[in-house]
Amino acid sequence: MTTTTTRPLAEATRLPSGRAAGRRRAHRRADIITGYLFVAPQVLGIVIFVFIPLGLIAYYNFHEWNVLAGTFTFVGTDNIEKLFHDPNLPAVLWATAVFCVGVVVGNITLALFLAVLLNRRFGATTFFRTVFFSPVVVSVVAWTIVWGFLLQDDGGINGLLQLVGVDGPNWLREGPTAMLSVIVVQVFKNVGLNMVLFLAALQGVPRELTEAAAIDGAGSWRIFRSITLPMISPTVLLTVIITIVGALQVFAQIAVLTAGGPGLSTTVLVYYLYQQAFEFHRFGYGSTLALLLFVIVLVLTVVQWQLRKRWVHYEN
Amino acid sequence: MRSAKWLTAAGTLAVASLALAGCAGGPAPATSETATDIELRMTVWTSAEPHLALFTEIADEYMADHPEIKSITFDPLDFASYSSTLTTQIAGGNAPDMAWILENAAPDFVSSGALVPLEQTFADTEGYELDDVSDAATKLWRNDDGDLVAYPFSTSPFVVFVNNDLLAAAGQPTGADMLADGSWTWDDVSAAGAAVNQATGKAGFVVRDFEYQTWDLLSTVWNGWGATPWSEDGATCTMDSDEMVGAFEFLHDAAFTSKSMPGPGTTADFFAGESAFTVSQISRASLLADSGIGSWDLLPLPEGPDGDYAMVGQAGVAAIAQGEHPQASADFIAFFTNPENSKKLAQFFPPARESQINAETLAAANPVLTEAQLADVVVPAMKTGVVRPSHTNSAEIQQTVRSALDAVWLPDADVPAVLDDVCTAMQPLLGG
Repeated sequence: MTTTTTRPLAEATRLPSGRAAGRRRAHRRADIITGYLFVAPQVLGIVIFVFIPLGLIAYYNFHEWNVLAGTFTFVGTDNIEKLFHDPNLPAVLWATAVFCVGVVVGNITLALFLAVLLNRRFGATTFFRTVFFSPVVVSVVAWTIVWGFLLQDDGGINGLLQLVGVDGPNWLREGPTAMLSVIVVQVFKNVGLNMVLFLAALQGVPRELTEAAAIDGAGSWRIFRSITLPMISPTVLLTVIITIVGALQVFAQIAVLTAGGPGLSTTVLVYYLYQQAFEFHRFGYGSTLALLLFVIVLVLTVVQWQLRKRWVHYEN
Repeated sequence: MRSAKWLTAAGTLAVASLALAGCAGGPAPATSETATDIELRMTVWTSAEPHLALFTEIADEYMADHPEIKSITFDPLDFASYSSTLTTQIAGGNAPDMAWILENAAPDFVSSGALVPLEQTFADTEGYELDDVSDAATKLWRNDDGDLVAYPFSTSPFVVFVNNDLLAAAGQPTGADMLADGSWTWDDVSAAGAAVNQATGKAGFVVRDFEYQTWDLLSTVWNGWGATPWSEDGATCTMDSDEMVGAFEFLHDAAFTSKSMPGPGTTADFFAGESAFTVSQISRASLLADSGIGSWDLLPLPEGPDGDYAMVGQAGVAAIAQGEHPQASADFIAFFTNPENSKKLAQFFPPARESQINAETLAAANPVLTEAQLADVVVPAMKTGVVRPSHTNSAEIQQTVRSALDAVWLPDADVPAVLDDVCTAMQPLLGG
């Protein structure tokens, strides 16, 4: 982060060595301190809100804390062993995987589709961009509660379906439709953000490339697949990463819409972690689950980062 | 380079020291009770202004005689997440001095040592008359040593409110007539509810606050079949008993066949005129005034195949051991729940004191109810009602059973098989 200017060698050798060198060192030290002062707020924030909690979670992972009795006991690797014998964990991880895949595929596909559609100039472009982006700035709980009403058995969606003679399912009370419902609610909540990122990327694609392809006889789909998509692939990578991380951290939608049910069908890892730590008062095991989530996010991000070399096209 | 190393080392040291400081926190030791300027805080789950005004009035009266108490605040928490919020406050080193405790969380709080024994403080308080509180009312709130660690300030019976307007619209007799005719059984209620649903589109009967989540509220129904969720010693699951299967088959039929009970995902509020019957605690009677219901009845829980029964819901108030002023808190609770204040609190919270469980005291507190309704329905239920089921590890049992029971709330569910699965899931949590 520091910047150092180098003096031409000839000039440097002309200066008296002792005092000049001392002055240079003093300047450099001042530069370094200034640099650190600039990054200090960010570093402090990360240390206090990321590293310290991470350290504490790693520490709690080896303990069991009975909050009511006020006891804090070292249990070694008991919580980690429990992780491998937890009968609910496979169902929880499966629900997490289904949710993540559903959200990533739904969000990225829809966001890209909307961005391509709204990248053209027509009368209501700004209006539609605003409409699709507005859920991003709405409170997640308010958004979810409204969807909760719509998805009730006697709610708005089934009311609409009845108008066309369809007897809708009990969306939030049956396993497959409950998962589909929380995925759709999450997709519509955040699709606007990815849409804006894709719009920005699409506007950065040089027009001469697409025009040249068109002159060469390429159709719209071929131009999109062979020129547009590779050109915006860095943005695709970014959106995939932030969407996966966001999907893995979903909580409010599950808590408000399904409370993890029916059965464990929508109990994703973060919600299960919350139940263990804050409802069942198992802070030690909750910390172990938090570490598991951290490892999953880390591994997925590293894998995507490595795989980017195969499909992400950088112009420079 | 050296600076970077220095910063890294300092950062590591800061993380480690803060981590150790955080972990070494643990429970705060109780401070000496000779302190002055004591500030007490009680967590409650009501935010109703008349309730808080009454608490403040009692607190002001107490502080007038106790100059060492600087303030007493009542801190309303959301009811739905009350127990977990309270636990989180304790975990975060922000334990309240006093707290209301829900009956279903009582075993965990009572057995853990989280609550301060109160019996000696009550005994030392002049005119407290603890003997006036029945053993049945305090049973849930005694620890393994037999010490009372919370006072049951609210003993609210479950009753049935009946909307006679809806029954009349469906050509059904009123609730009072059903009782008088000897046709006040669950089957009769379900039949009348189904008729209302068919004739008006409104719901038949609703177990208030159940919402296909809080399954233990169904104890207001299954007790009529003589069913219990676990054995008397709490060690064995009995959700798969014949009695429980009978009760759940009745409920399943009501939800999916006769449609006398709203199905999963459908809501109906009795006090908005949306259902003919509701099982609820008597404390909800205050909602009748604004309900718009012209004619209503208040009746005891209907008879089940196992005969008559009554149920109460309880709430306790306790001093938290990890609070800063446990003895000052215990002293205030002794004042807050003494006979005089218990009578004041009775206007909102049915008392556990035998001398106050009478129609006269309750009538002063419940203007919408007649003395006859109180004498015939409320007082007998308060005296004979069994407390809603509770068990240690209540949160996990609640969640595990809720999750396993979801399979019963489908139209083609195999009720006995699902209840077998419920026991398979619940048994390891009972510690038997």
